[in-house]
Amino acid sequence: MQEIPGDLKFLKSHEWARVEDDGLVRVGISDHAQEQLGDLVYVELPEVGAALQAGSGAAVLESVKAASDIYAPVSGEVVEVNELLNDKPETINEDAFGAGWIYVVRPSDRAELDELLDVAAYEELLESDEH
Amino acid sequence: MTEKTVLNATHRALGARMVDFGGWDMPIHYGSQIEEHHAVRRDAGMFDVSHMTVIDLHGPRTREFLRHLLANNVDKLQVPGKALYSCMLNAQGGVIDDLIVYFFAEAYFRLVVNAATRAKDLAWIEQQARAFAVEVKERADFAMIAVQGPNARSKVLDLLHETDRVRIEQLGKFSAAAAQGLQGVPLFIARTGYTGEDGFEILVSNAQAIALWEALAAAGVVPAGLGARDTLRLEAGMNLYGQDMDETVSPWEANLGWTVALDPGRDFIGRDALQAQKDAGVQRVMVGVVLDDKGVLRHGQTVHTEQGNGQILSGSFAPTLNKAIAFARVPAGTSGTVHVDIRGHEVPARIVKYPFVRAGKACAGI
Repeated sequence: MQEIPGDLKFLKSHEWARVEDDGLVRVGISDHAQEQLGDLVYVELPEVGAALQAGSGAAVLESVKAASDIYAPVSGEVVEVNELLNDKPETINEDAFGAGWIYVVRPSDRAELDELLDVAAYEELLESDEH
Repeated sequence: MTEKTVLNATHRALGARMVDFGGWDMPIHYGSQIEEHHAVRRDAGMFDVSHMTVIDLHGPRTREFLRHLLANNVDKLQVPGKALYSCMLNAQGGVIDDLIVYFFAEAYFRLVVNAATRAKDLAWIEQQARAFAVEVKERADFAMIAVQGPNARSKVLDLLHETDRVRIEQLGKFSAAAAQGLQGVPLFIARTGYTGEDGFEILVSNAQAIALWEALAAAGVVPAGLGARDTLRLEAGMNLYGQDMDETVSPWEANLGWTVALDPGRDFIGRDALQAQKDAGVQRVMVGVVLDDKGVLRHGQTVHTEQGNGQILSGSFAPTLNKAIAFARVPAGTSGTVHVDIRGHEVPARIVKYPFVRAGKACAGI
């Protein structure tokens, strides 16, 4: 499994969020989550300009087997989506923490970031899931 | 309690992702379902299908019993080793299960039925068999490995005892024979499958199954999970029990009319209901659906047609076609373009004739 970059924060439902230098927040799913989903074949991206609420559905990932909702780690306006995923959804399988990012949001309430799990807490969650 | 096949530890050692499948702990994939799918279409893959139920039938009236039990006519089976696909119906004409029946001798036939329906099938068969004094014996001592793909047969033949190679190479489609593996291991080899590719389904004793699996792997046969098996059989246009038909669906409504033999004078279970439905006109039919847009067709989605609503049955992304395909049950007479409700979006899709894939390639019109 890919090592988890230290600057990520997580929802329990395996989405990650990274605060970029410009204050925007990039969102994706964890390597563990892509492994659970299996080969991805279609990504329904949010629309640029859409207003997302933390904890509500932001995107849909379709693997061969099933469709899975992706939840927004933080509220805000979508400013960019990863168009590469339209043609190469498997990018998430190959590089979940990097090139497989899903969208970028301008956060409306930065305090929400403090509610997310840090890497140590997320790793603990993964370990407890395995038992 | 989840059941395990004798190959369970082998799957886990290969890093398989395991899921519950009809009460069995089975590998869904070993890393990439799509790669496993392609391996079967292009070369050779193998599936542990030991969860399937093998039932031997013994008794002088076995053929007579099967004429009554099955919607297809076992009188088509006259050469020992020959196999037949059939539905087993209830009195209302609904499908209890689909199965393969093998003929060995007048007093000895074999059934292979689905795993998820094992208990109800056994109960039904035993109940019906009593009047014919046929002995019903489950063969839990067998494991089953399906080896499928354009190169599957030759890879299996290399592992057979040399005295059996030519005979098994000449085995016709939908036929089976006993043979010896290396070191004389007894095998039951059927030229059948559930992928649309050529290949064999091999019954082997539980004690010898791991050795056979490992020998196949060493010969370059790729382990493939039940996920790939599902997309392969869907592309090939093969029904899945529980998804495409069940006890509320007749063979006419599941595109299985070709397996029903309404031959004169044969009194099989469900015949009257099937005849009545046919006479009245079948109201809903099973068709193929192709989605040219992005998205994936899934079981349970609603299909809107000019004749009324239908439902997606088996639906998935098709790795050979790189788009989504499905079976749907729709009002009779539906054709052309329909709309499928995918999470609230009305997505246009095409009704097509299937199979979707033959010999590794998209069929015309798909």
